[in-house]
Amino acid sequence: MTTSVEETIGNAKKMTIICTKGSLDWAYPPFILGTTAAAMDVDVTMFFTFYGLELLKEKLNLQVTPLGNPAMAMPMGGMHMSMPNIVGMIPGVSAGATVMMKNLIKKKGVASIEELREAAVLSDVRMIACQMTLDLFELDKKDMIDDVEIGGAATWMESALQSDINLFM
Amino acid sequence: MADETLDAKGMNCPLPILKAKKALKGLGDGQTLEVLATDPGSVADFQAFCRTTGNELVEHSVDGDVYRFLLKRVA
Repeated sequence: MTTSVEETIGNAKKMTIICTKGSLDWAYPPFILGTTAAAMDVDVTMFFTFYGLELLKEKLNLQVTPLGNPAMAMPMGGMHMSMPNIVGMIPGVSAGATVMMKNLIKKKGVASIEELREAAVLSDVRMIACQMTLDLFELDKKDMIDDVEIGGAATWMESALQSDINLFM
Repeated sequence: MADETLDAKGMNCPLPILKAKKALKGLGDGQTLEVLATDPGSVADFQAFCRTTGNELVEHSVDGDVYRFLLKRVA
């Protein structure tokens, strides 16, 4: 077995993803596409802004809520259960839905967000935290994972102009 | 037969691809990686992965619920 240090450059394409959502369900699309693109030799930049900053915190505590989401129907005992908003509003229902989804994720062999984020770090995905939103929400870079850099709209623009794919999520 | 085998059974998208990429990185040019997976989506995904990265999908087959892919590291 050889230790390969060289980066595969079969395909020098680039992609950026703007990540604006911080819920457990919305954490998946950017991290799945970011890590998969990196595995396919794409140079990936992820820009985290507004609630997306939640995904960079050292300690993740991502939640999902059925409130205002009529399409969220969880499989239960061979059926699918969706929740009227009035039920979703009851304290504890969102926490329960989060536990249910995390159990499903484990049971179905789906990666955790921690795992995907680690894969992103290991495959040199560039992760940029939005300075303006850090200020706005009084968040501290110290609470984020080490591999984060700080930037703004122009930082993203520079990457986006050189990219083949730019996604907003 | 293959230089290395990756057991990705029970893993869901995109883990088989991510683990395969990692395993390929540890191989030398021309060496082969056998991947075993149960994710039906992996059939289309490994073909797309190989077409895009230039690694060769030497063969793929199904045995019951298990998909087997033989990848050769090219790039």
